[in-house]
Amino acid sequence: MIKSEAAARLRAETAKRILLTDGAFGTMIQSYRLTEADYRGSLDLGHDQKGNNDLLALTQPHVVAEITEAYLDAGSDIVSTNTFNANAISQADYGAEHLVRDINIASAQIARDAARTAEAADGRPRFVAGALGPTNKTLSLSPDVNDPGFRAVSFDELKAVYREQADALLDGGVDFILIETIFDTLNAKAGILAAIEAGEARGTEVPLMISFTITDMSGRNLSGHSIESFWASVRHARPLTIGLNCSFGAPQLRPSVTALSPIADALLMAYPNAGLPNDLGAYDETPETTASFMAEWANEGLVNIVGGCCGTTPDHIRAMAHAVAGKAPRAIPTARRQTFLAGLDPMRIAA
Amino acid sequence: MATAYKEEPEAAPQSATFVNIGERTNVTGSAAFKKLIMAGDYARAVEVARQQVENGAQIIDVNMDEGLLDAEAAMTTFLKLIAAEPDIARVPVMVDSSKWSVIEAGLKCVSGKPIVNSISMKEGEAAFLDQARKVMAYGAAVVVMAFDETGQADTKERKVEICERAYKLLTGIGFPPEDIIFDPNIFAIATGIDEHRRYAIDFIEATREIKARCPHVHISGGLSNLSFSFRGNEPVRRAMHSVFLYHAIPAGMDMGIVNAGQLDIYDEIDPELRDACEDVILDRRDDATDRLIALAERFRGSDPAAEKQAQEWRGWPVAKRLEHALVKGIDAYVIDDTEEARLQFPRPIEVIEGPLMDGMNVVGDLFGSGKMFLPQVVKSARVMKKAVAHLLPFIEAEKDPNARGKGRIVMATVKGDVHDIGKNIVGVVLQCNGFEVIDLGVMVPWTKILETANENDADMIGLSGLITPSLDEMVTVAEEMKRAGMTMPLLIGGATTSKVHTALRIDQAYDGPVIHVLDASRAVGVASTLVSDTLTQEFVDKTAADYAAVRAARENKGQNELLPIAEARARRFKADFAHKPPAPLQPGVHRFDDWPIAKLREFIDWTPFFRAWELAGTYPAILDDAVVGESARGLFADANAMLDTIIAEGWLTARGVAGLWPCRREGDDIILKPLPFRGGDGVGPVISSTPDQTVPTPNPSPEGEGLIRLPMLRQQMAKSTAKANMCLADFIDPAGDWIGGFTVAIHGADPHLARFKEGHDDYSDILLKALTDRLAEAFAEAMHQHVRTTLWGYAAGEQLTNEALIKEQYRGIRPAPGYPACPDHSLKPILFDLLGPAPAGATLTESFAMLPTSAVSGFYFGHPDASYFGVARIGRDQLENYAGRRGIELAQAERWLRPNLD
Repeated sequence: MIKSEAAARLRAETAKRILLTDGAFGTMIQSYRLTEADYRGSLDLGHDQKGNNDLLALTQPHVVAEITEAYLDAGSDIVSTNTFNANAISQADYGAEHLVRDINIASAQIARDAARTAEAADGRPRFVAGALGPTNKTLSLSPDVNDPGFRAVSFDELKAVYREQADALLDGGVDFILIETIFDTLNAKAGILAAIEAGEARGTEVPLMISFTITDMSGRNLSGHSIESFWASVRHARPLTIGLNCSFGAPQLRPSVTALSPIADALLMAYPNAGLPNDLGAYDETPETTASFMAEWANEGLVNIVGGCCGTTPDHIRAMAHAVAGKAPRAIPTARRQTFLAGLDPMRIAA
Repeated sequence: MATAYKEEPEAAPQSATFVNIGERTNVTGSAAFKKLIMAGDYARAVEVARQQVENGAQIIDVNMDEGLLDAEAAMTTFLKLIAAEPDIARVPVMVDSSKWSVIEAGLKCVSGKPIVNSISMKEGEAAFLDQARKVMAYGAAVVVMAFDETGQADTKERKVEICERAYKLLTGIGFPPEDIIFDPNIFAIATGIDEHRRYAIDFIEATREIKARCPHVHISGGLSNLSFSFRGNEPVRRAMHSVFLYHAIPAGMDMGIVNAGQLDIYDEIDPELRDACEDVILDRRDDATDRLIALAERFRGSDPAAEKQAQEWRGWPVAKRLEHALVKGIDAYVIDDTEEARLQFPRPIEVIEGPLMDGMNVVGDLFGSGKMFLPQVVKSARVMKKAVAHLLPFIEAEKDPNARGKGRIVMATVKGDVHDIGKNIVGVVLQCNGFEVIDLGVMVPWTKILETANENDADMIGLSGLITPSLDEMVTVAEEMKRAGMTMPLLIGGATTSKVHTALRIDQAYDGPVIHVLDASRAVGVASTLVSDTLTQEFVDKTAADYAAVRAARENKGQNELLPIAEARARRFKADFAHKPPAPLQPGVHRFDDWPIAKLREFIDWTPFFRAWELAGTYPAILDDAVVGESARGLFADANAMLDTIIAEGWLTARGVAGLWPCRREGDDIILKPLPFRGGDGVGPVISSTPDQTVPTPNPSPEGEGLIRLPMLRQQMAKSTAKANMCLADFIDPAGDWIGGFTVAIHGADPHLARFKEGHDDYSDILLKALTDRLAEAFAEAMHQHVRTTLWGYAAGEQLTNEALIKEQYRGIRPAPGYPACPDHSLKPILFDLLGPAPAGATLTESFAMLPTSAVSGFYFGHPDASYFGVARIGRDQLENYAGRRGIELAQAERWLRPNLD
């Protein structure tokens, strides 16, 4: 198995400083006010394509490229591909599941090109993360309240969906696979297994970035896991980064970040939303406010990589870059050799 | 009902020492469950799982291996159904099947981190490793059966050989050793077949050997096989299982598929039956099986308690009997009496509100008027708890939402800290006074504390801690309570806490009332006032004013009393190094893996033991004290009786490590050179099969060469006289000298504490904790003496009585990191690294508390002028300088040395 050079370079960079990932795509795409015809381009598709943001890699590649470049200009060290819904399950809603491979390859190439140009300009290393969203189906919950044993998708089906997307992203040149916004831990485990198997098939290490999200105020995700039990459930992936994104904004994520920081022997990446959306579904949190939360986390030694999710813009990333500049990165703790199991709650067994 | 080894459920979300795996959701183990599954009645099958978790199973084993079932379908259906039940899904699942396809199907339905049960080398190494890789990729731990190409391991040698081979194969492919659980096969004994005689003892001995050869693994086993010959005779089976665990757990068995309801308390098994079981399990005599079979008939359905003769008070009316039992702390009949009372009253809650509370009021009055002391109160509480435990299911059945008691308090020892004797005492006293106590146990994160308090609509929160980093954690809890907009009172207690710290830091961090509670006797008064309708506001205002006064007084004291660090250094203590101790006779690191407890007994300093129970006075005078003498004598007798049992039954193991290294002083630092492990010497039996020859280099000195820098802190207070500003480095010769270090720890208390907790026996629980603490201190004393007279040998002729030892009338000191002369707890990891990996079997929490709790560590200084002192407050200049020397961020140093900065 060939080791990932990019992972080694990322580790070397994070030893020196706190890195920046990027912010939201959706928020930025909205500002282009694209029409259905813009989305569709010259493709022959049956469904209404408005809102199929991932498709833009094929129909309006300049939009995706401009947003990626704006984040790189703002200070992002890592950019992610615009592929949150570029999987067969989500694309089926647009009748575009046959385009999954093309979308992912194109998105990866756009991000790769932009990162290469930025790196050549100033010599600072840039990285590309291939983003895998959670899909809109869940392995742990039944969509039918009268039949709690029912599942709308099986583990093997979901694994195959992730595998198709991961293979295309890797073929398109991404450095890492980012499994993000994990509301169902079992979905993430299927994604991890897909990535492991993809790596075995290619004979190269596939570095994983894993990002949890909380869906209620008790700090658990939809499948019922706290950040600690989640970490117990996914640490077999030996991920390059572990962390949280999205959710209700930085203050609500903070307890989970503080709980994760001392136990995770991986880089910690956190990229919250710009607070909660207002009544109109827009985000009001200013770049300075989001950045001040990140500065607070940095002061507490909690993070290695920060960035933004829904509602954040290049201005947010720029403010964050400014706020964490010169602050020491989190020191990665050594993991205890201790059995660490989990149901919904974590369980450690003394050696 | 009683289970011998179950962990206390609410105290064990984080860690456990013996893990109880539920077996009721296994079609091969439970006929009832099998029937439900075969009939497709999954709704009731799910209830079986729920009951199991409620009864304390920490992991649930799910097995659907039945010839007439589609096991894959049954496994996935059941696992998906329990995933929808948070009460069940909170614990990890063990996916159990002899067929790999069933296991893999199960793994695809489990969202947490489960255990696979099991894989083995039955089909050869290739298949074994293939399955192991898949287990890793799915993210599970694994049970490995001691089974190879030639069959199941039956002898000790085969068990060890197979497990070691499997271990090497698994770790060779990167399988985490801590995720390996060996099952070395428990087979039926007392079958009449000679070859089966050693099955139990072979399991136990193999367990010990596997643990030694395969670091980090766990050992598990299914218990019910053991007593297969006695099926139908439950009392004998229960006794056999309990006796087996009693021996297997200390050998290293740390998991088991056990029906929690089918265990007895080892001490409560009829001694005759217990001995007979022990003979069979340990294969102690040729006729052991025959004797157990002969005896078994007599115990079929027996009730040993009924054989005890009724005493006079047994003839009284039941309410009177309950009161008597409560006041005297007699728990022998309390279940029967409670049941009798329950039948007399219309509602079970009235038994608590009536005779039980009457009895506790008598106890409360006696305690309040100083006629009864804490040890008796705790004994009374044990009786009360047992009675309430008996009534609880009946009360639950009718669910009375008004049964709230005087008030509800959430108590916790904060994150990073493991000490809970004081907290448990306060909890018992509050419960005795009608408060409902939700005890979250030790090492509780703030999120859990806040969540529990809010979910349960608590009236107040009580925080406890013993080590100094806990003070900071308490501030964190207070800050987070404020952040969460909470206003309920916050009570602060524990040995390092103080009114000053509470006023200066915790009270400032929280908007609600913060009250420092000096000791257990104040807890009831404070808590009662805080739930009172009329007294609360006045009390809260008075306390707030009091704390404001403390803060004002501190401010007025100003900062001008500190010397600049350069000046303090100029005023260092000038030792005469003509008298420095000679080089040690035996330098290097020495390990003692089983120092006899009986030898430690004579070193016990009893005065702090009585203080732990809030009995004031000095031993031995306290035994004749006019006020507390009677109480002290009773406690002393109980303590010695428990010590007798501890020694006779080998409950505890004392492990210690001491090291002596060459060093020199450099400024306020001590630069020392680590030496390799040397093995043990003649005092205790020595285990040195794998001497650790690597020389650790924590906190390396810039001078290189593997040298280690131990930075020390110096007093900075302005002193009017010619007195020096002390620093521990002053006792070390810059031209070359020697320093020592040690860790001692008392192991083995946990299963007994779990057993006491399970039996609602707080008295024995607190007694054992207090005794192991004393034994750890005694061990530190004994080790120091051994170092002075033998290992270092500068005081070879020393002859001191224990009284003289307690008064420290010897040459040299042993200051501990985290105590006044050396206040930085974070030197402990450096000391631990010097002494070898997990010295004395002890480990450190994130706040540098030692585990096991009963452990002592420190440095040895041999100079005749070496003495204890307190560093007290230090200035920013020294803090910044120290952070540099220690190689840490300033903020980190600030956090670690917080108590020395105010």
